[in-house]
Amino acid sequence: MKALNTNAIRAIYRFEMARTLRTLTQSIVSPVLSTSLYFVVFGAAIGGRIPEVDGIAYGSFIVPGLIMLSLLTQSVANASFGIYFPRFTGTIYEVLSAPVSYLEIVIAYVGAAASKSLILGAIILATAGLFVPLHIDHPLWMLLFLVLTAVTFSLLGFIVGIWADGFEKLNLVPMLIITPLTFLGGSFYSIDMLPPFWQTVTLFNPVVYLVSGFRWSFYGIADVSPALSLGMTLLFLFACIGIVAWIFKTGYRLKP
Amino acid sequence: MTLMLSVSNLSKVYAGKKGDFQALKDINLEIRRGEIFALLGPNGAGKTTLIGIICGLINASSGKITVDGHDNVADYRAARELIGLVPQELTTDAFETVFSAVSFSRGLFGKPRNPAYIEQVLRSLSLWDKRNSKIMTLSGGMKRRLLIAKALSHEPRMLFLDEPTAGVDVELRRDMWNLVRKLRDDGVTVLLTTHYIEEAEEMADRIGVISKGEIILVEDKATLMHKLGKKQLTVYLNEALASIPAALADDALELSADGYTLSYTYDAEQEAEGRRQQRGIGDLLNELNKAGIGYRDVNTKQSSLEEIFVSLVNR
Repeated sequence: MKALNTNAIRAIYRFEMARTLRTLTQSIVSPVLSTSLYFVVFGAAIGGRIPEVDGIAYGSFIVPGLIMLSLLTQSVANASFGIYFPRFTGTIYEVLSAPVSYLEIVIAYVGAAASKSLILGAIILATAGLFVPLHIDHPLWMLLFLVLTAVTFSLLGFIVGIWADGFEKLNLVPMLIITPLTFLGGSFYSIDMLPPFWQTVTLFNPVVYLVSGFRWSFYGIADVSPALSLGMTLLFLFACIGIVAWIFKTGYRLKP
Repeated sequence: MTLMLSVSNLSKVYAGKKGDFQALKDINLEIRRGEIFALLGPNGAGKTTLIGIICGLINASSGKITVDGHDNVADYRAARELIGLVPQELTTDAFETVFSAVSFSRGLFGKPRNPAYIEQVLRSLSLWDKRNSKIMTLSGGMKRRLLIAKALSHEPRMLFLDEPTAGVDVELRRDMWNLVRKLRDDGVTVLLTTHYIEEAEEMADRIGVISKGEIILVEDKATLMHKLGKKQLTVYLNEALASIPAALADDALELSADGYTLSYTYDAEQEAEGRRQQRGIGDLLNELNKAGIGYRDVNTKQSSLEEIFVSLVNR
């Protein structure tokens, strides 16, 4: 097997990161602003009237969930747009005719999308520190959950970008699936606060495991065990890898 | 002469809701190293599908392709490194600068950065002054040249030009022809598809004709012109003839309705197939003199590649 075409990976990665810089307002400023608004509304205005959750002030409690909310939506949006736009304009011909393996294409596009999400996550974390007191009990676990989630949802975004045949479908998944699942996945509450029936229903929401594991890395409190959170995240990661492998094997929506 | 590209028994079937469509039928084609090969064919003949399969954009249904001996599927990296593709559509990014877009293409094909080479390519295509311009600000002709620059950015040994001069003005077309000739002189093999017969006639060493997914002819251009070319001699007579004199009678000779014009058609293909022994032009004029038929002017016309092409695809 030949070595990786690192020049190609670098070229695609740089191209995608340059796009982020060109669209700085949309890529970074807008999510940071909206997250700050959540802190102002839920943390300061309403949060002050909500008692502590598991011994954590409400404003601090929602920080991991808010970072996850941005991470998930932005990973999907970045990666889906990154691969859909060249399909839409037709410039994908160049990538498909280049001596680039499928693995290299995925590393470059998904790597760039995940990098952007991680940068965004770090900025939101820093922004949160301005509003509420923060502490991170398990920084390495936090980083692991952050990276795994960014990569997994960038892969999901890549799949969406291949599947979509119009801009409407491109927005469909982040708007109609990711955002509701994140809101209902314990971003703003502990699932203990739900009636028993809805606690059971919530366990079918994969985002619950991501938010729970991520929150545990901050405060050592979790709705489900951290090992289960990690297991579910990895399961979702491998499912996405499987679908991407199938896409390239069959040429689905890429090669007639 | 060694081969640069070999296509064997290549077929492509598109599955559709209304039934399958066979876009390519058992194509066999060999392109020699260093030649300019023009692939002619009407719309929908399969030209772009063929190029798409060779370059890795479309999966073949069956068959085998090698580029300089490298299988384009099993050894796709080695095969694709040798290929540059200029697509038919003006598919470019909008917000990138010219220089970064061409540098991107070079990196994509695995080559290390080489600003000096990119400069050379951009200068050869008169794009150097536009190197810092966003692609969206370029004219159509400049975008076409940019696509060529991107295709040349990784120093390919074989260039595919899919209708490169469609919608391009005469001056730019001439510039492109000169560029392609220079590439050929540098040892690059060129396969171009075109609607413009003039382009094939001007540029190609060999010509292939594709129609309804089948290669119906591959020939040296000169041989093709000679073999299929028809020459017509028109003789304008001093006095009207009522009919062709018996001594001159021949299937190839026709008299106009007013009796003032004799037309003689020399068909090289029929002679080559031994169907007809033909007179030379000199013979005919001698015979007219002998018969005492005076003429005031003669005119000869040779069929163009376009006429040859139309007659081939309509067979």
